[in-house]
Amino acid sequence: MKEFTYTIKDEVGLHARPANVVSKEARKYNSKIVVSFNGKTAELRKLMQVMSLGARCGDEIKIVIEGEDEDKAFEELVPFLEENL
Amino acid sequence: MKVFKGDPIAKGIAMGKMFFLHEPEENASSVKGGPDEEWQRFLKASEKAMDQLNGLYEKTAAELSEEEAAIFEVHMALMEDEDFTDAIRENIESGMEASAAVSEAGARFSEMFSQMDDEYMRERAVDIKDITIRLKNILNGIEDISVKEPSVIGAGELRPSQTMQMDRKMLLGFVTRYGASNSHTAILARNLGIPAVSGIDDVKDLDGAFVIIDGEEGKVISEPDEETIREYEERSAKIKAQKEELLKLKDEKTVTKSGRSIKLYANVDDIDDMELVKESGAEGVGLLRSEFLYLKSSDYPSEEELFKAYRKAAEEMAPKEVIIRTLDIGADKQIDYFNLEKEENPAMGLRAIRLCLKRPELFRTQLRAILRATAYGNISIMFPMIISTKEVDMIKDLLEDIKKELVSEGSEVGEFKTGIMVETPAAVIMSEELSEKVDFFSIGTNDLTQYTLAIDRQNKDLGDFFDAHHPAVLRSIETTVKNAHKNNCIVGICGELGSDITLTDFFLDIGVDELSVSPSKILELRKHIIASE
Repeated sequence: MKEFTYTIKDEVGLHARPANVVSKEARKYNSKIVVSFNGKTAELRKLMQVMSLGARCGDEIKIVIEGEDEDKAFEELVPFLEENL
Repeated sequence: MKVFKGDPIAKGIAMGKMFFLHEPEENASSVKGGPDEEWQRFLKASEKAMDQLNGLYEKTAAELSEEEAAIFEVHMALMEDEDFTDAIRENIESGMEASAAVSEAGARFSEMFSQMDDEYMRERAVDIKDITIRLKNILNGIEDISVKEPSVIGAGELRPSQTMQMDRKMLLGFVTRYGASNSHTAILARNLGIPAVSGIDDVKDLDGAFVIIDGEEGKVISEPDEETIREYEERSAKIKAQKEELLKLKDEKTVTKSGRSIKLYANVDDIDDMELVKESGAEGVGLLRSEFLYLKSSDYPSEEELFKAYRKAAEEMAPKEVIIRTLDIGADKQIDYFNLEKEENPAMGLRAIRLCLKRPELFRTQLRAILRATAYGNISIMFPMIISTKEVDMIKDLLEDIKKELVSEGSEVGEFKTGIMVETPAAVIMSEELSEKVDFFSIGTNDLTQYTLAIDRQNKDLGDFFDAHHPAVLRSIETTVKNAHKNNCIVGICGELGSDITLTDFFLDIGVDELSVSPSKILELRKHIIASE
């Protein structure tokens, strides 16, 4: 299991376009990727769930990756978020 | 002729026939197959919807920009969302017809978003409705709406795909029942440069009627008489001509014929208005009312949120100056979560700088955010409701302390100027001493007038006693400028008097350095000043 936190830098927060970009990326991996914020959790691959977290710019989200390709997902996802969220 | 009053959400004037976009009826398809058959129907409809969205994406990307097209990418992703399709599948398996199954799932998900306390998130409910209706239309064989002649578009609320499907040349303006100033409708209207009015409850009844949209005053007039039409045609032509004339002054300096110069700055209520300010011809921001972030949220905004907003303002205006006024809460501006006690006399109570000094944590968070943002542009900080040098000393110590703290944390702090609002008679009387301690003054004429004359401007019964140009107020302004200039302290005016052109000459005469007014008034004021001696 891999775990990390990330502070959202995108101005509009984790919904609409940025949420879609990140959610799409998560679907590349077989691992289960769960993002949690403010007591709520969402599977990163599911856009509606991700958007319903209501995480905004400056909020800190926690991401847990579990599965066969978790190392790869962890290594690639961190820079991807830095770039896109 | 009938006049409807609503809220102006995009400026301009337009007239034409109203085309009302009816929502499809809630009629289930008459032929209903078994669950397998209905699921296949849904899959087929979904495929067709994806094709349509793809087309809309391409069209929008080509005509507007990829950024504006991105909404349709989101729609495609929402349509494929597993939770959404699972819900539809469950509905179908429980015996529902495909279109009803979509309808129920869509309602459930859009309800979830419309209950969130973030305005941007609530807008997502409209996106879900949009995809739901698209799917239902396909399932029920309803064609997409197309506007064939130039029309004023009416709707309960406009969905982005509806407007993008239309030929832009056919859009004269929007009239809706719902939709705030940051709704899809408003943003689109402003981008297209057409007027929009929302808050018209009876918009549905106007279908087919000839209407005038007045995006300046937020009015819609149905079946206007000849005279009204002529009046609006004239106004529309005038607005256009004036706009073009004024726009020529956008990058001009504000100097009179005899060479006297003054800076024209903009007052800003919300960071969302920065675009408007940039277009307004302002030479800087003279008053960024920092209350907006506090008024918008349901709890104290974080340092990070504040920092982002201030940084954005600084970056957008750079190298021009942005004067941020620290929190001015209390009196007529109340916020629930501040839990302020009810006061007998709030105008003279725990407000503005007094509240900030009494609640150091609140003040510290804001000051840290502002100081961090100084590294990204030309920021100045201004403090409201000052009455003595003691407060200024306290503030300066605090600023020094925070600056050290930030530097020790490794944050960069840029150069910044400090100033105070002169809006109490005490500050006027003490202006010489105060001006030794700060870089600039900004005279808040609204409060200064109220406190000097001891007249509550909201009280209509006092109208006979009130005089906006009372010599006591004008003399106070003059005294303040004279005293400040002894210490090379810059003086601006940021209240309503700033845009009062009958006083502009007086301000130029006494040597006011800067006037800060509403962005929409800058070019007019510049025109006036350039034409004066």
